Amino acid sequence: MAFGQKRSGPGGARGRGAAKGADAKGGQRRGLFRRKKVCKFCAEKIDDINYKDARLLSGFVPERGKVLPRRISGTCALHQRKLRVAIMRARQLALLPYVTE
Amino acid sequence: MSQRKYELVYLFKPETPEQTMTDMHTQVETIVARLGGTIEKTENWGRRKLAYEIGHHKEGVYVLEVILGGGELMKELDRRLKVSDDLMRHLICRVDEDETVAERSRSKRVEGSRRRRIARGLPPDRQPGEGPGNTDGDDDRDDMSHGGEN
Repeated sequence: MAFGQKRSGPGGARGRGAAKGADAKGGQRRGLFRRKKVCKFCAEKIDDINYKDARLLSGFVPERGKVLPRRISGTCALHQRKLRVAIMRARQLALLPYVTE
Repeated sequence: MSQRKYELVYLFKPETPEQTMTDMHTQVETIVARLGGTIEKTENWGRRKLAYEIGHHKEGVYVLEVILGGGELMKELDRRLKVSDDLMRHLICRVDEDETVAERSRSKRVEGSRRRRIARGLPPDRQPGEGPGNTDGDDDRDDMSHGGEN
C-alpha cells in the first residue's frame, strides 16, 4: 500500500510537471502573435541572387557583418544557399564587409 | 570550343589616372580578341566606397565586363590581372549557367500561373486592370517587407 503510494507519487508529479510545461508553452504561443516568415526571394520572385546588388544583399548582413541565419530571415533553403554565395562574392569585391567592429 | 559567359569585375586604386584605366580596358580587349572571345558589355560603376579598407584605400573604381569566351581565356585574363599593380581586386565568375537556371524557373512560374488561370476559366495572361490580387494565389505579399530586416 505504502509502496504503491510512493510509486504513484513521483509518477504523478512528473505527469503534472509535463502537463504544466505543455500548457505554459501553448499559452505562450497563443499569447504572442508570430507573423509567418516568408522567403523574400520567393515572395518577390527574384530569380537570380546577384553579388552586384549590394543593396539587396545588405538586408541579409546585420551590423556585425555575418550572414543572417535562415531561422531569422525566413529565407528558403534554396535561396539561402544562393544568397550565401552572392554575399561571399560581394565580400571579395569589398561591396560588403567581412566583419565590422 | 564552347562559349561561356563570364563576368569580370575589377577594382582600381582610387588614385589611378584615367589613362591607366583605359589602357587596362584595351589590354583586356586585346586578350579577349586574341583568344577568340567577345566582350558583350562594359560597365563602369565609377568611384565607390569600399566596405572595408584595402591597403589603406577607402575608395575604389569598379569596372564590370561581360565576356563570352572559353575557360582558357579567363585563365589568361586572371593571370594578367593578378600581376597588375593598379588593381586592388578582381573577380571572375561564370554566369551562363545561373542565367539559364533563373530563366527556367521564371518560365516555369509563368507557365504554372497560366495553367492555373486556364483551369479557373480565365484567359492565360492577366488582363489590364484585373485588380490587385495575385494570379498565383499567394496572398502573403505583405509579409515580404519583413523578410529583409536585420
